[in-house]
Amino acid sequence: MTVQELAGAAAYRPTPPPAWKPLTDPAPLLPDPEPYRVLGTDAAAGVDPDLLLRLYAELVRGRRYNAQATALTKQGRLAVYPSSTGQEACEVAAALVLEERDWLFPSYRDTLAAVARGLDPVEALTLLRGDRHTGYDPREHRIAPLCTPLATQLPHAVGLAHAARLKGDDVVALAMVGDGGTSEGDFHEALNFAAVWRAPVVFLVQNNGFAISVPLAKQTAAPSLAHKAVGYGMPGRLVDGNDAAAMHQVLAEAVARARSGEGPTLVEALTYRMDAHTNADDATRYRGDDEVEAWRAHDPILLLERELTGRGLLDEEGAGTVREAAERMAADLRDQMNADPPLDPMDLFSHVYEEPTGQLREQEARLRDELEAEHGPHGSETEEAR
Amino acid sequence: MTTTVAATAGERTGRAVQATMAQALGRALRDAMAEDPAVHVLGEDVGTLGGVFRVTDGLAKEFGDDRCTDTPLAEAGILGAAVGMAMYGLRPVVEMQFDAFAYPAFEQLVSHVAKMRNRTMGAMPLPITVRIPYGGGIGGVEHHSDSSEAYYMATAGLHVVTPATVEDAYGLLRASIASDDPVVFLEPKRLYWAKAAWSPEAPAAVEPIGRAVVRRPGSSATLITYGPSLPVCLEAAEAATAEGWDLEVVDLRSLVPFDDETVAASVRRTGRAVVVHESPGFAGPGGEIAARITERCFHHLEAPVLRVAGFDIPYPPPMQERHHLPGVDRVLDAVARLQWEAES
Repeated sequence: MTVQELAGAAAYRPTPPPAWKPLTDPAPLLPDPEPYRVLGTDAAAGVDPDLLLRLYAELVRGRRYNAQATALTKQGRLAVYPSSTGQEACEVAAALVLEERDWLFPSYRDTLAAVARGLDPVEALTLLRGDRHTGYDPREHRIAPLCTPLATQLPHAVGLAHAARLKGDDVVALAMVGDGGTSEGDFHEALNFAAVWRAPVVFLVQNNGFAISVPLAKQTAAPSLAHKAVGYGMPGRLVDGNDAAAMHQVLAEAVARARSGEGPTLVEALTYRMDAHTNADDATRYRGDDEVEAWRAHDPILLLERELTGRGLLDEEGAGTVREAAERMAADLRDQMNADPPLDPMDLFSHVYEEPTGQLREQEARLRDELEAEHGPHGSETEEAR
Repeated sequence: MTTTVAATAGERTGRAVQATMAQALGRALRDAMAEDPAVHVLGEDVGTLGGVFRVTDGLAKEFGDDRCTDTPLAEAGILGAAVGMAMYGLRPVVEMQFDAFAYPAFEQLVSHVAKMRNRTMGAMPLPITVRIPYGGGIGGVEHHSDSSEAYYMATAGLHVVTPATVEDAYGLLRASIASDDPVVFLEPKRLYWAKAAWSPEAPAAVEPIGRAVVRRPGSSATLITYGPSLPVCLEAAEAATAEGWDLEVVDLRSLVPFDDETVAASVRRTGRAVVVHESPGFAGPGGEIAARITERCFHHLEAPVLRVAGFDIPYPPPMQERHHLPGVDRVLDAVARLQWEAES
């Protein structure tokens, strides 16, 4: 049969391939161009006063915690502290929107979120103190280990949330990452997995303007980090990260959405890191005082205080009570961090495998011999850090 | 801690059939999934297709998409999600499609999978099995034939296991899935279709991780090997009988933990040792193994411990790989050098 005959045959009705159709309508996924705000707007009147007061107490306590931890680095009591001063509204809201059964996946800057979730302030500093790594049982608190590699904890949050859903458990995972972390491959893979699996996850990006010294403009060419959500098929929300009420509302909505089986949400909180990246960093090399001062006028505590005093929910006495509680926490933290923790060097081998390998047993014996030579037969049991 | 896996009564015929390593691996996955609902298989193409090597064939059909899951194509995401699943109490078995495709997941493996038990002072072990088809000899194009075991061996917190027989494929994979520690389970690609008499219906021994085995007893020298190089060494040992050499062949089965006792006992008996593997020799497993033998058996050695390994080159294209892979002749040459040095 010739081509002409084939083409002319009545039976030949070529079916065109189906037209390309997007899987998801992008419009409802797009973030609003302006960050969502509550404080100072009409919406603030609708917020439960008790919630506002609770947020306020946590912000003040959090600010004090940041200051105390930074001071501890100067005394050599902490190896390093990545401060979240200026970002307390993000930290506190992330902790408060979760139920006890939910999971928090913090980055190394999110000590405060772990404390606001109820973790002991000293335990929360174990990693940064340098005695142990995680220092708490993640299952007990449902807080994953503070994650030092960037964005690698995000796929963990997805896997955990997915596993919980497969088991029929009503659990949400909230994972925190910085603006710099959104450039990492794990960020993209986590968002994609979460969307495809409709996993009950909330991704919270704290865009504090800088990845150590690199400003956002050198990090991304996207209109906003929240816009990245659309490409994965999840909604992106842009929110004022210094507005504690707005943060709480947006995150609570995202958590509710996840819990009801509608899948993940990407929340970008616009905020600012008032301190340097860590105590080891010099922020004056990459940003000017004017910029810092401008953000000082938009301080999360200031914004909430203004709302509370304006509505007569907070007076000087009430604020004093909150500050005193924060001082007590700081004094307690100072006291507990004054002594070196007791450490057993033999622990180095205790948790590499369930059963140590033969090779590790040999090394364990060698260290025991060294310690005994140094301190006598019981040296290994009572050895303390110097 | 040797345990046995009971087969269902109806299947218990005990009759050995010809089975491939791929079938034994698939059977191990199936039995583990049937026994423990926490066992989940995930990876690229593991569901409908049954994996590019068909190891997971039928699992999605039998256990559903939630237990045997086709994931998006992203190795870091797959292993990262498995970490979270394990944190919530599941026992994920991850399939990395090919050796070199596992590299994007390296950070998850090294920074999280290997360290979680240690970071959390034992509070959060991660029972994850990472199955990686590895090695050459199947005519794969680049990035499909790497022997990456040295990278995993160098990472504390991981077990590194590689079967060389159909029986071990089943037994070691069951043990790996049952382990509360993460296991990198390296599957020798070119042995996937090698058949052996094996009885999947009869109770199969689950081999504890960490024990080497003498596959062929001998007295002249010891060949120490694992995975894809085991058949090469057994063939070399047979050929060596023509020269009057009686070679012992040790199959390591587990690179981490390393069975110093079995290896040292054999070398003390024979006085000579050759380590054989197809991954590059420089900074490869053979260097570590030779050093361990020298430390333990120096006074028993009649000759230096030799290594027969792949060349220190990126894995060559298929038409050249036969020059790279250590074959019987190269093993016999090394054995000859041992004898010569002993005589001199």
